[in-house]
Amino acid sequence: MADLTTNFAGIKSPNPFWLASAPPTNMGSMIERAFDAGWGGAVWKTLGEPITNVSSRLAALDQGQVRMIGLNNIELITDRPLEVNLKEMAECKKKYPNHTVIASLMVESKKEAWQEITKRTQDTGCDGFELNFGCPHGMSERGMGAAMGQVPEYTCMVTEWVKEVSDIPVIVKLTPNVTHIVPPGRAAQKGGADAVSLINTINSVMGVDVDTMIPYPNVNGMAAHGGYCGTAVKPIALNMVSELARDAEFDIPISGIGGINTWRDAVEFMLLGAANVQVCTAVMHYGYRIVEDMIDGLNNYLDEKGFASVGDIVGKSVGRITDWGDLDLNYDVKARVNEDKCIQCNLCYVACEDGAHQSFEFVESNGKRYPRVIEKECVGCNLCYLVCPSPGAIEMVRVDAGGPTESWRERTAGN
Amino acid sequence: MDNAFCTPLDITQIEHNFAEINPAMSAAEAMQEANRCLYCYDAPCMHACPTHIDVPGFIKKIASGNVIGSARVIFDANPIGASCARVCPVEVLCEGACVEKTLIKKPIEIGRLQRYATDHAMAVDKQIFEKCEPNGMSVGIVGSGPAGLSCAAYLARLGYDVTVYEAKEKAGGLDTYGMAEYKMPQTVSLSEVDHIARMGVKFILNTRITGGDDETEILGKVNRVSMAMLREWHDAVFLGVGLGETNKLGIPGEDLDGVFDALDLIEKIKTRDWKSIPLGQNVVVIGAGNTAIDAVTQAKRLGAEKVTLMYRRTEKDAPAYEYELELARKDGIEFMWETIPVEIKGDSRVNGMTVLQGESEFAIDCDMVIKAIGQQKMASFFTDIAGVDVDEKGRVVVNGQMQTSDAKIFAGGDCANGGAEAVDASQMGKHAAMGIHETLTGEKVEFAGAILRDPPKAPVDPNPH
Repeated sequence: MADLTTNFAGIKSPNPFWLASAPPTNMGSMIERAFDAGWGGAVWKTLGEPITNVSSRLAALDQGQVRMIGLNNIELITDRPLEVNLKEMAECKKKYPNHTVIASLMVESKKEAWQEITKRTQDTGCDGFELNFGCPHGMSERGMGAAMGQVPEYTCMVTEWVKEVSDIPVIVKLTPNVTHIVPPGRAAQKGGADAVSLINTINSVMGVDVDTMIPYPNVNGMAAHGGYCGTAVKPIALNMVSELARDAEFDIPISGIGGINTWRDAVEFMLLGAANVQVCTAVMHYGYRIVEDMIDGLNNYLDEKGFASVGDIVGKSVGRITDWGDLDLNYDVKARVNEDKCIQCNLCYVACEDGAHQSFEFVESNGKRYPRVIEKECVGCNLCYLVCPSPGAIEMVRVDAGGPTESWRERTAGN
Repeated sequence: MDNAFCTPLDITQIEHNFAEINPAMSAAEAMQEANRCLYCYDAPCMHACPTHIDVPGFIKKIASGNVIGSARVIFDANPIGASCARVCPVEVLCEGACVEKTLIKKPIEIGRLQRYATDHAMAVDKQIFEKCEPNGMSVGIVGSGPAGLSCAAYLARLGYDVTVYEAKEKAGGLDTYGMAEYKMPQTVSLSEVDHIARMGVKFILNTRITGGDDETEILGKVNRVSMAMLREWHDAVFLGVGLGETNKLGIPGEDLDGVFDALDLIEKIKTRDWKSIPLGQNVVVIGAGNTAIDAVTQAKRLGAEKVTLMYRRTEKDAPAYEYELELARKDGIEFMWETIPVEIKGDSRVNGMTVLQGESEFAIDCDMVIKAIGQQKMASFFTDIAGVDVDEKGRVVVNGQMQTSDAKIFAGGDCANGGAEAVDASQMGKHAAMGIHETLTGEKVEFAGAILRDPPKAPVDPNPH
């Protein structure tokens, strides 16, 4: 059994799995049940001036029979009185001293307001703060949340305010609703943040009821954009995490968030630079119990790969992401069909004909008609391999001689 | 018939026994199954379907919520797609070819999805294909079974004035009168007939076609119309007359009370007038084709105590599909393979049989014998009445356009192929409609699924890459 304990910017946890600040961390009893289920930490539903929510609030993107591959939410920060949350937070921390309790904060953009809530909250014994500069809906219209995270100067300024009075580590939660994640990341670091967490949710309109023509979620016939999360956002989150992890000037820990359902997702985030992960949508779908397999699967993975500690995998794949201009132009793969595994669905054929480079033909073999790759036309794009439903029926085979590499940058260096 | 010679079961039990073997899918089940379809390209299922329905196309329309569009894809390639959804041997056709069967041994339930889409179209009373602008020409169709209905539907879509002549009191042929009741109730076939009637096709029921010029009688119980009149009234004639009477065993006792033709019995079952259906307690069905299976399984469902399937050859030689034999096994049918009936015994009513197994001849008890040994061909109808050629097996001779030796007379279905599935007859009706149209107008048309071609290969990029 590998060591799953983490020390994230000075915050110790029994494992790298935290609940993100969201409906599953709405109150003490919920977080206590989550800790009982095995979660290593929880970021409390964002504290601030209590708000009034609307009904309904959530809408989902389904893919075929798969429910909720994406979720969007227009629920705001906590609607509970601050003193109630603080009281429960103190009790929870007392009951679960070895688990991590992080207080997420969001108040109006005034130094006094931020410093007051920081001071009041740290008296609970919580392990750290997470500054919510990411909420993309509702709060941003009031100059909070993403409105702050989208302006690096504000991010830096508010972080400084909090750091001035905080005795515990401060994590800045970044919004993905920016064209480039590095400037806000650097701004948080410059403001003294001990770590960042990302991504918060993405601006989204989930869809429209084509019968009533009212978009989702319906609030008395109207809708507003919400924050998009769940499985579908994972690639966007991975990109942003890795961009920060690769940035030479950025050197504080990253808490990875966005579409994490399983231990495998978590490992991917960690390989690309996240020191721990936060989960919300998967829990909203299936409950706290999912952490059991996250822990078990991560343990088995680390054992199988020979890592003694979960920290050993953090950032292992960061060096494998580069700019396009540095990729090897001489590397050459071609698709190949294994007829013994081919089920003749011909999805490779049509995908290549209409979606790629017309590199397939049909051949008769053993009385059956199989798709076959015309090698000289195949550009090695992977599309056929990606659409193939039969494992092993298509493989991508390296065909270049493995000689010297040459990137576009190198090729154009003299120009 | 005395009242004792019928089912001993109460009606509720019989209705339960005859519940549809492939029940309708709920919307949730259909969505789940439709989403499981891989949407293959130039799909094996489509190749395996004799009418070449665009199966992935109609399934994806179910998944997208376009169920009427789905039904249109089905009826476009097969006007009797609702019947075929229930009675097709999908195990050896579309579902047998499904790549999901290859991949995970669980083919998509294409038949039941097809039923879901076509049921929906019928439930909302959607007329998928409308009556077309008349083109001034007329076609007479003899026989309203799968071949005739299909041919009629396509001709109506081309604007022909179509009249279907049917000897029985209801249209639909074997789809109406010959399918095991637990596979499909009569209402399905009749609503397909209705759908085609609403495309402008006229149905003249209780009417037989006869030879000679002066035989036409249109006021009797069973009317008669001479072939000569059909030629006069119509620009072309399609003959979809199916097969004739059940073959004779040619053994003593064949005419005793208690000896039935399987198709006659099945037709009686279609009335669902359960107590009027003759049934013994110890039933022997002779033959091992799919009709024999329909007979044994239904005799058992009606409540016969013992039902035996008797066949002169081995189990391996049985012409019934394996899954049909399996159904009979599950129903507790007894089998007597390599057993030849020698005599049916009884005074006025059957009380036993003498049979031969190898060298040994012995008597068995039974009180009902059902013959399911195939039907005779309609050779004399074609040669004597229609005046067209038949082959050595008694099948009407047709070319690729379903045209007989008489250029204005076309034929298709069991009478041309010797007896196959309803879906095969439907495809022949489609080809006949195309052939008739080309013969009468010189214009080629091609209906959905008429011809399968390899998809054309796209041009490759002339630039090297």
